[in-house]
Amino acid sequence: MVDLTEKIMKYREVAYYSGCALEGSGNGYDVSTRAIAKSLGLHLKDVTNWNCCGAMEVKNIEPKLQTYLSSRVLSNAVNLDGADVVMAPCNGCYHNLKKAEYDLTHDPKSQETVDRLSAKAGHEPYKAGQAETIHALDWIKKTIGEEGLKERTKGKLAGLKVANYYGCMYVRPRHIFPEKDKGPGSESTNRPHFMDDLLAAAGAENVEFPLKTACCGGAHTLSDSDTSTKLVLNILQAAEASGADVIATECPTCHSGLEMHQVRAEKRFGRKTRVKMLYFTQLLGLALGISPRKLGIHTNISDSSELLREKRLA
Amino acid sequence: MPIHEKSLIRPENLKVHDKLSIDGVDVSGHWSTFIETRVVPDYNEALEKEIAAFPGGDKIHRCFQCGSCTNACTINAIEPRFNPRYWIYLIRMGMEQELLRDKDIIWQCVSCHKCTNICPRSVEPEGVMKATALWLEEKGYTPESPSHVFDKEFSRQVFERGKIEDTEVLHSFLVKTKQPLLQDWLVAIMWGIAKRVPVKWGLKTALAQVFKPRTRSWKKARAAIEDYIYEEGEARKEKLSRSRAKQPHLEAAE
Ligand code: SF4
Ligand code: SF4
Repeated sequence: MVDLTEKIMKYREVAYYSGCALEGSGNGYDVSTRAIAKSLGLHLKDVTNWNCCGAMEVKNIEPKLQTYLSSRVLSNAVNLDGADVVMAPCNGCYHNLKKAEYDLTHDPKSQETVDRLSAKAGHEPYKAGQAETIHALDWIKKTIGEEGLKERTKGKLAGLKVANYYGCMYVRPRHIFPEKDKGPGSESTNRPHFMDDLLAAAGAENVEFPLKTACCGGAHTLSDSDTSTKLVLNILQAAEASGADVIATECPTCHSGLEMHQVRAEKRFGRKTRVKMLYFTQLLGLALGISPRKLGIHTNISDSSELLREKRLA
Repeated sequence: MPIHEKSLIRPENLKVHDKLSIDGVDVSGHWSTFIETRVVPDYNEALEKEIAAFPGGDKIHRCFQCGSCTNACTINAIEPRFNPRYWIYLIRMGMEQELLRDKDIIWQCVSCHKCTNICPRSVEPEGVMKATALWLEEKGYTPESPSHVFDKEFSRQVFERGKIEDTEVLHSFLVKTKQPLLQDWLVAIMWGIAKRVPVKWGLKTALAQVFKPRTRSWKKARAAIEDYIYEEGEARKEKLSRSRAKQPHLEAAE
């Protein structure tokens, strides 16, 4: 029993790596993550003087620089903040920190490069195993869990039909997520369910949505917009066909991709879709009785105010 | 090698006789289909090594052609010509001219990692796609792809300041690819938000443009990164020139 509480305690206070997107276009995700942390009594400590993890771009220029950039974030969390758990809500950041951990564990050359660059840059190098990287979904799941959410939300999302969209970076490639696919209780890379679990605990009705891990074309959202629009339209139409009012998201790139290309699909191809997009943290915040404004819902592109009024959530 | 025959059965390589009888048996029409003999004189034996020298391409030699990557591929589902397995095959065989038929779409890989996730040989085909696209540019076969322009602009900001700023990425990219800043859909998005957000938020975004987000004391990290890029660039050049040197007949032809 003691063991269990200790384990939970470990995650109640985590180093928080918000990342570039959450400071800009994904601001609603940041605001809502902080708001639910406060409401749930969880402590987020921003990683001191963090840098970009390399996103999806740096690796195409120099793969090991991406490893270095991510390792610097982990190094700061460990050495400057004394953290042993780093929580990243952005799928891209989460993926890159996990990838860095994997590379540093399995490839001595990566560790060598990180050591050399860290020394030149004047900070401690990060060593594999010093910190555990988790996603915002793991964080809520491990601390409050479904039972805790049930108690606190009293099923407030009842009547809201949700399609849970996880995207690519949270589950692929599976080898960089050694803790996933470990049977009951663990996350599945093939059919992820953590977001489904949490929102169901808050009363939402999850629809059968086949494109949970389809790609939104986020990497080419601007550089190959027609392809992205096609991929997004597929996702939006599938969500509508499965009866969803709203798509719950867990990544700023996916989220703004869905929002932007929903508009673009209408403007360029005359294909209108009505489904709304909300970050899962915004949905949980609503379920916890936090006002939409405090959750940054008004800064989303997709305007869900009418839906929220209709469902008595705003 | 069964699969490469795909390139032989293109319509222009098929011969069908409308009226043909052989030993008194009527084999007119598709009964008499022949594939024209074809000689491939232009193998680039260094092709695999060249592509392996680019970021992401280093595991290409591991491929055993199971086809799982193409089967899982996001882009293949909307553009059947986008075929990672086939391209890896052509590269390993050195069939440069065949590869060039598809040169304009290779950069379109969206990095969804479905291929890398499923590949039983840890080839990381996603990386191979990126490496191939870079190789095509380096050789002058394709212009710089919008995706590469984006990667460079994004990375430049990261290397310089440690962080990026959304609107700057968007703005610089549109300028560099000579696209109008006020695209109908972007304008529609701006208006949509402007109607709802408080002034404070708009102000914050505007301020981010002036006081760009940056990591403190980044100078040394920046220098370390720049050194590394230089070293890797030189090493790559060296690798490329070595693989070229092994092919005197190609050098002579140039
Ligand atoms: S999945 Fe891997 S081994 Fe199979 S064809 Fe693709 S790259 Fe080759
Ligand atoms: S990463 Fe690229 S090549 Fe691989 S499945 Fe996705 S789109 Fe296809």
